[in-house]
Amino acid sequence: MALFQIAEPGESAAPHQHKLAVGIDLGTTNSLVATVKSGVASVLPDALGRPLLPSAVRYRDGESPVVGYDALAGQSSDPSNVIVSVKRFMGRSIDELPYRESMPYRFEAGPGALSLKTVAGVKTPVEVSADILRELRTRAEAALGGELVGAVITVPAYFDDAQRQATKDAARLAGLSVLRLLNEPTAAALAYGLDNAAEGVYAVYDLGGGTFDISILRLSRGVFEVLSTGGDSFLGGDDFDQRIFCWVIEAAKLKPLSGEDARHLLTCAREAKEFLTNHGAAPIVARIGSGELVDLELTTETFTEITRTLVEKTLKPVRRALRDAGLSIADVKGVVMVGGATRMPQVQRAVGEFFEKAPLNNLDPEKVVALGAAIQANLLAGNRASGDDWLLLDVIPLSLGLETMGGLVERIIPRNSTIPVARAQEFTTFRDGQTALALHVVQGERELVGDCRSLGRFELRKIPPMVAGAARIRVSFQVDADGLLSVSARETTSGVESSIAVKPSYGLSDDAIARMLKDSLDHAKDDTARRAVKELQVEAQRLVEAIRSALVADGDLLLPDARERIESGIARLQAAMLGEDRHAIARCIDELETETGAFAALRMDRTIRDAFSGKKIDAIARELASSEKGGET
Amino acid sequence: MAVTLSEKAAKHVANYMAKRGEGVGLRLGVRTSGCSGVAYRLEFVDVVAPDDVEFESHGVKVLIDAKSLPYLDGTELDYTREGLNEGFRFNNPNVKNACGCGESFSV
Repeated sequence: MALFQIAEPGESAAPHQHKLAVGIDLGTTNSLVATVKSGVASVLPDALGRPLLPSAVRYRDGESPVVGYDALAGQSSDPSNVIVSVKRFMGRSIDELPYRESMPYRFEAGPGALSLKTVAGVKTPVEVSADILRELRTRAEAALGGELVGAVITVPAYFDDAQRQATKDAARLAGLSVLRLLNEPTAAALAYGLDNAAEGVYAVYDLGGGTFDISILRLSRGVFEVLSTGGDSFLGGDDFDQRIFCWVIEAAKLKPLSGEDARHLLTCAREAKEFLTNHGAAPIVARIGSGELVDLELTTETFTEITRTLVEKTLKPVRRALRDAGLSIADVKGVVMVGGATRMPQVQRAVGEFFEKAPLNNLDPEKVVALGAAIQANLLAGNRASGDDWLLLDVIPLSLGLETMGGLVERIIPRNSTIPVARAQEFTTFRDGQTALALHVVQGERELVGDCRSLGRFELRKIPPMVAGAARIRVSFQVDADGLLSVSARETTSGVESSIAVKPSYGLSDDAIARMLKDSLDHAKDDTARRAVKELQVEAQRLVEAIRSALVADGDLLLPDARERIESGIARLQAAMLGEDRHAIARCIDELETETGAFAALRMDRTIRDAFSGKKIDAIARELASSEKGGET
Repeated sequence: MAVTLSEKAAKHVANYMAKRGEGVGLRLGVRTSGCSGVAYRLEFVDVVAPDDVEFESHGVKVLIDAKSLPYLDGTELDYTREGLNEGFRFNNPNVKNACGCGESFSV
């Protein structure tokens, strides 16, 4: 016998038509699944009534993996087979992981992406995440009594394409159809915006287990617009655990620990942190492998002191995000707290002091993201009447662009553009008769390609041979609602086309996104200087090419010693181009241009003579008139 | 005869309505469709229709359109839990045959 939920007036689904959709917060420390029932979003608990599913998977020899609390239970005894915080590994290479030494895992470098060696074989982070998602799917299907049509899965605003794609892959592996990936802060705003129906500018401060995100949002008449985002993809509650862990080692004067002891003490550290939310001091008692007994007391004062720099570290991206949005603290109407780590009193206090107002926390900070995702999933699955839906604007976290001559980045879609977005720009050929163009798509804020993340390359071939600069190549960038990019190029006179969907290039980048952003600030001046040099080098190369082809065409106009002077000018310029001395290159360009001035005049004369020879004045006048007309259209 | 809510169901309805923030009551109804003839409707009510028949049960206003009433007379709406799944159940004495899932029925 079916169980019913209450529908909105006139919206009862026909039998078997109600579409079951869920929102999933796939977190670093904990994951949740939520759905909209009888018009109210609620988190679906497990059979024991626990809403959270620890994002932990334990692999066993010859048996199916266990997920959640049961996996955590095996952490002390079997640390290398209990994978926690796997979200940190998504779409990453092995070199990109901090604290790798203190993790008890056996990493493998793998082709591009990293993987983990377990008793059940080698597992990729995508597979581990899929095991977590499968558990949530099973829970949701049992709770809703049917198969899910799809899920909205949240990701940190900072996730790049590789990480977003990895999340989608994990969902597919778990048998979930992804209705959409949604930025976590945007989901939180959805949960708050709907429940409180408050308009204005809000900051969403999301300190989760492993990531910190700050988003500046504007809510008005049910429209959510993300004005800017920022954050740190390697800062979260785990780091606070780590600080306590280090403090314990120092305070108890412990020798280097085994993986098991490290895991055990980290668990104690986390428990102490959670205890301090409602108490002035937390006991830390543990017996380690060597038989030593750790017996310490951590006070709120000490905890606040040893984590002060972490809390301060969160405020830097907050300032930047505000600046990006063109707003000051006074413009922010409220601050939404998201993530279990925001329960820490010192975090609440610091955020309150920074924004000069008490942060909003009337929804459970651990659940808001899942609840918002559930509301979005319900909408996308079509369980609401049309006209009742709202526009959801989201932004891309890092600029997207193309490599141009000289290794420079031409930004096509700037950072913080709202998605979905499509932008096109025209490019041209550099050399006479050039028939192919290599396109290199990059992501990042730096001026030089080498400092940005490479997303993919493709080629446009069969461009008809033309003089340099005559081909018109339109390159379009398209970012869909999930934040995934496709790029196409089309030569408009001939219609030849080429395109790529940017597939994940797992771990190809050397830089973490956060570091890339920071670098762009630190190196802004440096970059500008280097860009100027590169631009001069490109200019020099173009000049050399142009003179070379002029010499081939009209070299006969020159006296031998004039030609020699030009040739030696080219040689000097080419030598200067190899260096980084901007002034030397500029000087050589000037010299060469002066040297070739007379040659250019000679060529001009010849061209005019050729054009006018054997024509009557009125014919020339007619030609001029028609070309003017052509110029107007 | 009448249509009633169990105490548990009434508590859940009141709770959902409070969260929703508007609405005057709960509508029970049927419409022709589904694999066995008629299907249930269970909705919030914002506007009472002229042909609605009104009941009151444990403080919740229950509205049923006149055409649906013969199919539902004597029904008690309950709230139950089956494993992880929970929701409202129609205990309808008029039902002769129901489809396997119980979402539609015939009288």
